[in-house]
Amino acid sequence: MFRLEARTSTPTWFNLALPLLAIAATLVLCSGLVALAGAGVVEAYGVMFSASLGDSYAITETLVRATPMIFTGLAVAVAFRAKFWNIGAEGQLLAGAVASCAVGAIPMPGPLAMLLMALAGAAAGAAVALVPATLRVKFRVDDVVSSLLLNSVIFYALMALIEGPWKDSFSGYPISPPIEDSANFPVLLEGTRLHLGVVAAFLAAPVIWFLIVRTTLGFRIRVIGENPEAARYGGIHVERVLVSTALLSGALAGLAGVGEVGGVHFQVMSDISPGYGYSGIVVAMLARLNPLGVVPAAIFLAAVMTGAEAMSRATGVPAFLSDVIQGTALLAMLVALLFTAYRIRRVGTAK
Amino acid sequence: MNVVLEQIFQVGFLAAIIRIATPLAFATLGEMFSERAGVLNLGIEGIMLLSAMTGFTATSLSGSLWLGVLAAVLTGALMGALHALFTVALGLSQHVCGIGVTLFSSGLAYFLYRLIFGQQSVPPNIKGFETLPIPVLSDIPVLGPAVFNQFSLVYMAMLAVPLAAFVLYRTPWGLSVRMVGENPRAADSAGVSVIATRFQAVILGGALMGLAGAFLSMVQFNAFTFGLVSGRGWVAIALVVFGRWDPWRSAGAALLFAFVDALQLRMQASGLGHIPYEAFLMLPFIFTIVAMAVMSRNAVAPSALLKPFRREER
Repeated sequence: MFRLEARTSTPTWFNLALPLLAIAATLVLCSGLVALAGAGVVEAYGVMFSASLGDSYAITETLVRATPMIFTGLAVAVAFRAKFWNIGAEGQLLAGAVASCAVGAIPMPGPLAMLLMALAGAAAGAAVALVPATLRVKFRVDDVVSSLLLNSVIFYALMALIEGPWKDSFSGYPISPPIEDSANFPVLLEGTRLHLGVVAAFLAAPVIWFLIVRTTLGFRIRVIGENPEAARYGGIHVERVLVSTALLSGALAGLAGVGEVGGVHFQVMSDISPGYGYSGIVVAMLARLNPLGVVPAAIFLAAVMTGAEAMSRATGVPAFLSDVIQGTALLAMLVALLFTAYRIRRVGTAK
Repeated sequence: MNVVLEQIFQVGFLAAIIRIATPLAFATLGEMFSERAGVLNLGIEGIMLLSAMTGFTATSLSGSLWLGVLAAVLTGALMGALHALFTVALGLSQHVCGIGVTLFSSGLAYFLYRLIFGQQSVPPNIKGFETLPIPVLSDIPVLGPAVFNQFSLVYMAMLAVPLAAFVLYRTPWGLSVRMVGENPRAADSAGVSVIATRFQAVILGGALMGLAGAFLSMVQFNAFTFGLVSGRGWVAIALVVFGRWDPWRSAGAALLFAFVDALQLRMQASGLGHIPYEAFLMLPFIFTIVAMAVMSRNAVAPSALLKPFRREER
């Protein structure tokens, strides 16, 4: 028999190696599916690696894809720290995309347009996140369910827009009109899609880290997440902090949508997000809710997504493998986390 | 308004409500058993999708519909066991594990489907279930053809509700489930194995979610398509709250939701001119959120919901 035994302390190397262990376990587990698809495991993973991190262009593509996941990862990390279960980053991202697209379509000087797009997108994301937070604080509605259901509501709202008022009357496609050229985020590296939003995402991570670890709000967020009773006893207005957390989380998810509109698609369409909001949950857990860890975790998932398409073309393994890898990575990381708090102890059975 | 009222009192409309309610009823009952034992299962969306896929595939390959249903139920039970392994045996966060199970099983569903059927311009379909009129009863005017000329899975859902209530409230096992969901420590002292009971409840719940998936791919669509479940799993979670963790009320909630959804479909079809159809698609979700806000005030969740149980810890 085996038994879980509480650890008194966790070695530092173990804490650092944990995500790597989870990722390794994920790749090993998923190699069974690669083999099932009739492809060589080493070859398939090799193609995935070289297509996502193998050369400088591949790396820029991976970074572009990592950008929305850094934002949604930060959004989830901040929310989960406060045990505000924001599963709604997907809808908040879409709202951010729509708002920034609306602003970006207005002719004005480029820098001003970009600034206003970011503000509008963040505000829209925050507004969406405010709904589950308010429902929880005022009506005791479970935030998991309400934030989840809102994703569908926002998605249909977006569809109504691009099939209605925003529909391209020329082509008849359900896509919004493009934003002004001047509002397109500048490309940082000639010949790639590396845009200003990528830098913003990389800067956002340390900023959010600082906010969580070094500021009063960050302290309150952590306290209400760890022990709401103690927080209340300590004079923290739990409801107010929850709402602030939701606004911050929603704004970050909204920024993910801004980056996709301003830097990648320059318009809004129904598949603007291939589930970046849900990927944000995987990213945040792989990062152990540490904003700095969000960056490498997002890059890993982005590499998997970018690489999976190339792997699919080269080996015929369905690209949906990247979704399976995401789910497996999340579960593997949860199990790995268990081992920071517990160790497996063999218990001698009586007979 | 008259148009709306006319629509409601139609055989087709009643039948539509029942057909929409069926997968929701299975899913809601499944989630309810799980939550009654203290385990939130956010894997439901993915479990339904994966079960829909395996059910469809098994039927497509074997030609037997009931083999498909069996495959879906077993898939659901297996994924329930996976969720229980993480949340009950290992005591990990139920929220995050559930999302993990959903991501994993949806990814797996699409992956395997693509692997088995390849990429086709027209998705393959199966000859799904046919309606099974119940003699005499199906001759009752209006109600008969709507309620008693249905698919066998619909009848199963109708029977599942009283059966679930009986199991939950009238059997020793049901008592154990309620005990481990309300007060696991007391249940443990009374000699009930908390871990085993929770495992059983989550697995039973998964099997019911599997039936919900089977209904979608084998009755409603006769095919497996992208986005087949499209939020029905999440709605079921809300319906459990709305139904206050009770089988009868949960089934009632599913019927009420189905009514709104069917109405939405009718209003879409009757072309209420300028209103975009997406507004109607949103309606059931908004309705669910509002209903939860109204109901949550006096809804009392099982008190051990979300709390892992470890015997040696106090």
